[in-house]
Amino acid sequence: MRVRVIRAGALLALSALAGFWLLRGTRSADAASARGSESAEVTLCDGETKVPLAADAPKTPEAGQKIADELMRKWREKNPDRDWEAEERTHHTIAPAADNSDLVGATQGGTYGEITARDVATWKTESERFVVAGSKVFHSGAELGSTIGVSCDMCHPDAANTHPETYPKYQVQLGRVVLLRDMINWCIEHPVRAQPLAADDPRMRALEAYIYAQRKGTPLNYGKR
Amino acid sequence: MKSVETKYLEARDSLFEGLSKLNRREFMKVAGAAAGAALAQGILPPHSFTPVRVANAATGGDEAFRFAYISDSHLYTKDVNDRFVRGLMRAVDDVNRMDPQPDFVLYGGDLAQLGRPEELETGAQILKDLKAPVRMMVGEHDWYFDLGEKWRSLFGADNYSFEHKGVHFVTLNSVVEADFWTAKGLTPAERMQTVAGLDNGSQSSFTVGDANRAWLAKDLEGVKDSTPLVVFSHSPLYKLYKKWNFWTDDAEEVQKILKRFDTVTVIHGHTHQLLTNRIGNISFHGMLSTAWPWPYAPQGLPEMTIQMSRPDPFNPNDGCGDGQVAVHADGMVDKIYDLWNRNPVTVSRTYMKSNGKEDRAPKPLLASY
Repeated sequence: MRVRVIRAGALLALSALAGFWLLRGTRSADAASARGSESAEVTLCDGETKVPLAADAPKTPEAGQKIADELMRKWREKNPDRDWEAEERTHHTIAPAADNSDLVGATQGGTYGEITARDVATWKTESERFVVAGSKVFHSGAELGSTIGVSCDMCHPDAANTHPETYPKYQVQLGRVVLLRDMINWCIEHPVRAQPLAADDPRMRALEAYIYAQRKGTPLNYGKR
Repeated sequence: MKSVETKYLEARDSLFEGLSKLNRREFMKVAGAAAGAALAQGILPPHSFTPVRVANAATGGDEAFRFAYISDSHLYTKDVNDRFVRGLMRAVDDVNRMDPQPDFVLYGGDLAQLGRPEELETGAQILKDLKAPVRMMVGEHDWYFDLGEKWRSLFGADNYSFEHKGVHFVTLNSVVEADFWTAKGLTPAERMQTVAGLDNGSQSSFTVGDANRAWLAKDLEGVKDSTPLVVFSHSPLYKLYKKWNFWTDDAEEVQKILKRFDTVTVIHGHTHQLLTNRIGNISFHGMLSTAWPWPYAPQGLPEMTIQMSRPDPFNPNDGCGDGQVAVHADGMVDKIYDLWNRNPVTVSRTYMKSNGKEDRAPKPLLASY
């Protein structure tokens, strides 16, 4: 049987490429077919998902497609959250990232070459994906680790009244200058009653991204009471 | 980790302990500091010490009767979240301390957070402590787990009316949403979770709906135009901000049914804030929540609204509270917001009658961002 070998590093690329054969014969499968033995299996590029391959399986494109479909089915079953971004977008409004399409064709002094439409699309998609991840945390008491079932959106629908543009500022109740992340952690400890997050915790980074994104267009005005 | 409340209670205990050890000279120092702090906040001592009497005095002489309200407690069970449970208990205490007692207490909906039977039972149990009779209204958080089955078994019909001292009262279910769950194959818990998110755009808009509107029209058939009418609805019966369901999709049709009456007042929950509107003959007043305040909607705020000061996130009760409605002989009402930790705000009938020209309550110290 002919097996097309594609080494896809990122699992997320899988769903987009689901129509292709993403198969990689294991060493044992290669060896087995060479020897004509009965034990063989086909492994997905995640290195984990496998389907057994009978030695007498017909070597037709149809049979190969069947194996590919079975591998995809198994992977989808293991990754029920694979459509998290589209799912989150059906529930909550995400302010769009800046459109840089006017830069297509321009160069950045030669170092990175000419900016293409694909560059611009990637910047937007990746920036927004980060923000969507933040929306997911913002709207989930479980993700925040709340011990009392409270999430950020219960007081701040669409991140209203979070005023990220006013930080850093002197927070009179704390008697010191704080950043947005300090106030996020204050809320996480008190109204949400969860453990505070480290500044580089992926959830903290995502929360900051979402809160700033929702306030798009508001002029920065640090220190505003 | 200690919660804000625990820290507060500890601080208070140590203060009281310290007070009991004070001699006279030190007591004068403490008292002076307290008065200074009150002045610094712009609160005159007589007001801060007798808030309810101030509110009474502002309502004028021909008050016919008064009822109290408690709303939007969003209860989980006590083992999940004690804070919201304590919020409702505090409101019940507030109302029980009113002297004279209100004729009845309106509960404005969203007693539960996720519509679970045990949440509704917890709420029903706490409300039993009220000395005055209770009139229940349903909110979306009470409804979308089992489509009202448990709520109705505890509290009865979701649409009903009654007469009280010459005023006709109507309670409406205004949180009817078109079916968005069947096509998506959502479980009852998923359906409830979707509706429970104020900014969750995958739900439908609130309506009173054909059936409830027909019921309303029929209920009002025998009521004279001159009879003062008070309507309780969970959502505001006008269109403020669709995205958060600060909105009733068939509001115009409901308003048309109410149009022939000389004096109509709508008291609504859901918005958790000071909110005032007047459309023709109809005055609209929001209610406070005992759980948390909502921010003001980014657009559509009615001109008549006297905004509440921006709530202090460091004070878990700020911007929350309960309140009272004083009904006058002419059927107009004074709406009193008894904010916890702040002076009460009265939106008077004079203010409503003059379309905001007279008797305006003071502006907030800190406006919304």
